[in-house]
Amino acid sequence: MTEYNLNGQTCRGDKIKAKNLNFYYGSFQALRDINLDIPGCAITAIIGPSGCGKSSFLRLLNRMNDLIYGSRIEGTIELDGKNIFDKEVDVVDLRKNVGMVFQKPNPFPISIFDNIAFGPKQHGKKSKIELEEIVENSLKKAALWDEVKDKLGQSALALSGGQQQRLCIARVLSVEPQVILMDEPCSALDPMATLKIEDLMRTLAKNYTIIIVTHNMQQAARVSDTTAFFMMEPDRAGSLVEYGLTSEIFTNPKDKRTEDYITGRFG
Amino acid sequence: MTRYFTDKLAKYIVFISGFTAVVILLLIALFILREGLPAFSEIGVFDFIFGNVWRPGIDQYGILSMIVGSIAVTIVSMIMAVPLGIACAILLAEVAPSKVRNILRPAVELLVGIPSVVYGLVGLVLLVPIVSNIGGSGFSILTASIVLMVMVLPTIISISEDSIRAIPASYREGALALGATKWQTIKGVILPAAKSGIGAGVVLGMGRAIGETMAMIMVIGNSIAFPNSLLDAARTLTGNIALEINYATGTHESALFATGVVLFVFILLLNSVATVFLKRGSNAQRLG
Amino acid sequence: MLNVSAKQTQKLAMAGIWGGGVITLLLLIVIIGYVLLQGLPGINWEFLTTNPKGGLSGEGGILSTVVSTLYLIGITLVLLVPIGIGSAVYLSEYAPNNRLTRIIRYGIETLAGIPSIIFGLFGYALFVTVLSFNFSILSGALTLVCLLLPTMITTTEEALKAVSYSYREAALALGTTKWQMISRIVLPSAIPGIVTAVILCIGRAIGETACLYVTMGGSAAMPSSLLEGGRTLSLHVFYLAMETNAMDKAMATAAVLIIIIILINALTNLLAGRFQKRLKGIS
Repeated sequence: MTEYNLNGQTCRGDKIKAKNLNFYYGSFQALRDINLDIPGCAITAIIGPSGCGKSSFLRLLNRMNDLIYGSRIEGTIELDGKNIFDKEVDVVDLRKNVGMVFQKPNPFPISIFDNIAFGPKQHGKKSKIELEEIVENSLKKAALWDEVKDKLGQSALALSGGQQQRLCIARVLSVEPQVILMDEPCSALDPMATLKIEDLMRTLAKNYTIIIVTHNMQQAARVSDTTAFFMMEPDRAGSLVEYGLTSEIFTNPKDKRTEDYITGRFG
Repeated sequence: MTRYFTDKLAKYIVFISGFTAVVILLLIALFILREGLPAFSEIGVFDFIFGNVWRPGIDQYGILSMIVGSIAVTIVSMIMAVPLGIACAILLAEVAPSKVRNILRPAVELLVGIPSVVYGLVGLVLLVPIVSNIGGSGFSILTASIVLMVMVLPTIISISEDSIRAIPASYREGALALGATKWQTIKGVILPAAKSGIGAGVVLGMGRAIGETMAMIMVIGNSIAFPNSLLDAARTLTGNIALEINYATGTHESALFATGVVLFVFILLLNSVATVFLKRGSNAQRLG
Repeated sequence: MLNVSAKQTQKLAMAGIWGGGVITLLLLIVIIGYVLLQGLPGINWEFLTTNPKGGLSGEGGILSTVVSTLYLIGITLVLLVPIGIGSAVYLSEYAPNNRLTRIIRYGIETLAGIPSIIFGLFGYALFVTVLSFNFSILSGALTLVCLLLPTMITTTEEALKAVSYSYREAALALGTTKWQMISRIVLPSAIPGIVTAVILCIGRAIGETACLYVTMGGSAAMPSSLLEGGRTLSLHVFYLAMETNAMDKAMATAAVLIIIIILINALTNLLAGRFQKRLKGIS
């Protein structure tokens, strides 16, 4: 087993392992033969042109694609050595373990407190003291506590876009996942808010495995430890072109297509 | 694992309630047919539908005059309501400034909400005396048609308006850019493109007209004689059922259910025609 | 270049179109104005708080008809709301895109087009006769549930569909079960829309007559149980107009109905506006 030395600690090199992964929407193949080992306690960026299947891949990791009628999967994705598509895997527990932050901030139309307490409540935590503690801790971890501690009862929709996104991150943290998936989390935010989220990601990387899909190559270069580059094949199926340490991908890409993409020749 | 149990249970419960409407529809068809069949077999389908004497006292059950009554009020009311409704729909969708729309639209919604007995009452008190000045008792097909016209207007207006609104702005701009007047644009481009939707509105309005009961009973006179002119009293299929069901027994009762079967068939036909129109409308828009 | 005749046609056509709008508005004003002018003078405290005498006498007030109407609406809603919401949840959250779902949707559409009197015939055959609830408020309410179900389902489904998909994703991604997602996030967010659906159904229940005329009996007495006959406000208007000479009382009762309907329409418009705003604030 490969081990990485990242973020000041030794990490398992295959926290998540995709093997011979194919994914179809009906008769359309969206992903072809993906083989990818994602290290734990690190940030992995997935980059590539629009429609290359990077979001589809991300949404396979917590099985959000189960919701799409007519989708089909071949191959396996292992989380800590266990195939997440196995029949006995409980998809609800999987999603609790593998949290997700979406492209557009999507707080529920309820108070800030209730947004964070929502997940723990659904997982059976009832006592007020316990919930208050979880809410405070999650907001602190998401670097939002100081900004909202006096208005926890207010509607989450009153927050700014950047604050809303950090709230959504806090909401994910509240259910104590191991992995956090981020689907272009900054695409709807201004540059200042984006920087704040990136700082937050770096802090979180010490304790969580983060996988981020991004359009923004500077962002991938700034925040990630490893980078995967996806591209469309002629039949529009997405495939993995190159994968490695971010520093290498951006300075010394092995594949011509990767080089073309990161130097902005297409995409 | 109680939450999985709840999850499953909830799924089954909503699945079952999802079927309620279909079950009710089947039950309705079943009961009306079951109760109506004896009449069809005793009287004979042909004699029942084309017989023109309805005298339960002497076991004569022919509903032709009521079929004619129902069709007459439907057609006459449509002749008045269709031009008015389409004009109103064009006004709402294409012509009127938002101030006017904000008055007219709630007015149309209010017309939908007014109970049918209130229409009947106003028809009875206000319209019957006026029509009686033209001739007859005032309780007539004409009176009933005028009342019905008002009642079906909202259906025609709202469905036509929706279909006019659904036309892409590019159609309008294309015609206007060629130097067409607003009316030329409406007549030449918008109405042809919206004609399926407007057709559906008209057919659904007919469905509403043929199914209306209480207001008809109040103004049409409910005569069982065959109507010869618009100023004659008549009886509708719906009125026939409502007026007699509560005291009818035996073949008479069955004949009323059979009247319901005939009405049901009319409605199913109209609904299918409306569905075809609506489908064609959405196809046309997809192509455009 | 426009020639004169195109301009003239344009003017004529516009006059026709505006004429249509004016006539429609006038019709409404005449109907409502007439009923209110004739009816309002007859509405007073005594009218509202005494029972009608019943029979061929048009004397008395409308108290028992108000009570019957309320009973009727109460029982109707107890059955209609859960079934309607359940059905709408199934269609909006669970139903796969297959033949079965198309059959359900076709059933709902067809049911919506069936005339009230056919529901009345059905209610008469099933509830009044076979189940021997007799002519009663219960028979009327059960019939009304069947009649209103399509309205309740379609309006509720629209309210559920208006709830942003991103909430559903967010809830599921936190590891909720589907039902937790629906019951904790989707339904609460759709409450204003569902309330609008309920009010819409109440409005229709108040105005409905034909199916009740043949299932409820029409007794003017104060109902003391659900298995007794009853007379709603709308039915009362019909009986007064057709069986008595008390047109003033009929007009007064009709005026009460019109006022209720105006209030209900205002309320639904208000709620619908709020719901829109709330959903917009989210996206």
